[in-house]
Amino acid sequence: MKYGVVVFPGSNCDRDMQDALQNDLGKEVVMLWHKDKDIRMFTTNDCIVLPGGFSYGDYLRCGAIARFSPMMQSVIDFANKGGKVLGVCNGFQILCESHLLPGALLQNANQQFICKNVFIKNDTSTALKIPIAHGEGRYYADEVTLNDLEKNNQIIFHYCDETGKIDMTANPNGAVRNIAGIRNKEGNVFGMMPHPERATSKALNNIDGLKVFQLLELN
Amino acid sequence: MIYNVQIKVMPLKDLLDPQGKAVLGGLKNLGMNSVEDVRVGKHITLAIDAASENDAKQIADDTAKKLLANPVMEFYEIEMIN
Repeated sequence: MKYGVVVFPGSNCDRDMQDALQNDLGKEVVMLWHKDKDIRMFTTNDCIVLPGGFSYGDYLRCGAIARFSPMMQSVIDFANKGGKVLGVCNGFQILCESHLLPGALLQNANQQFICKNVFIKNDTSTALKIPIAHGEGRYYADEVTLNDLEKNNQIIFHYCDETGKIDMTANPNGAVRNIAGIRNKEGNVFGMMPHPERATSKALNNIDGLKVFQLLELN
Repeated sequence: MIYNVQIKVMPLKDLLDPQGKAVLGGLKNLGMNSVEDVRVGKHITLAIDAASENDAKQIADDTAKKLLANPVMEFYEIEMIN
């Protein structure tokens, strides 16, 4: 599996993502400039990553303007053809704004930018320690959408405590139903607020991020 | 003709607005205790070249639908200011 990492003006986790994928997961990585459109070097077995940061200065709404960049038109086509797409943090916001994923990311309930390690889990894993760093990470969708997400197993990660218990005390930003990440119905587009690429190296004393890539079968 | 249009974008009424809450806290600190609620939105003005006022309104509505407002979390109102 080959990876593409899109670089928007204001992306600031693109090099971290490249480093994690190349050096910790041993993958081939192509950096993709937001003004380019050509992604013919990728097949639907490959994965395009929208990294974290503040694309277009977070103007208007986080991710709202990135959605209309030339590269995103190619990424949206790629996703609709079944290609794998992972959005982390600002990338998750862009995926929601692009309607590749349902819902939206609102300003954190506690009015603060939160930068710390949190724990997340999916149905099959134990609690994984992954850092978050966002001001607008409070996942929100209406009840009908949330019930759909649950019914179709689309919630890929919940915020939990160290023991794996999912409750409001382990919810850093007020996200509905402790949602940290979701996927689309087809299972090829993934979005999450926590940063797995910041936890893939023994030098950082945390390799839980590798498990995130494994769980999403993006390794 | 150029029509000036203003679009008011506000967070949906049911949603928590942390920015409004922070501003409310500031007003309380100023001693303005009669203010009970604050919600913060965006005020966007557009100058639109259109054949008629109705056309201009239609174009403004399009900009709001496609980019300026996200219906998942916001609603908008359009007003002509000529």
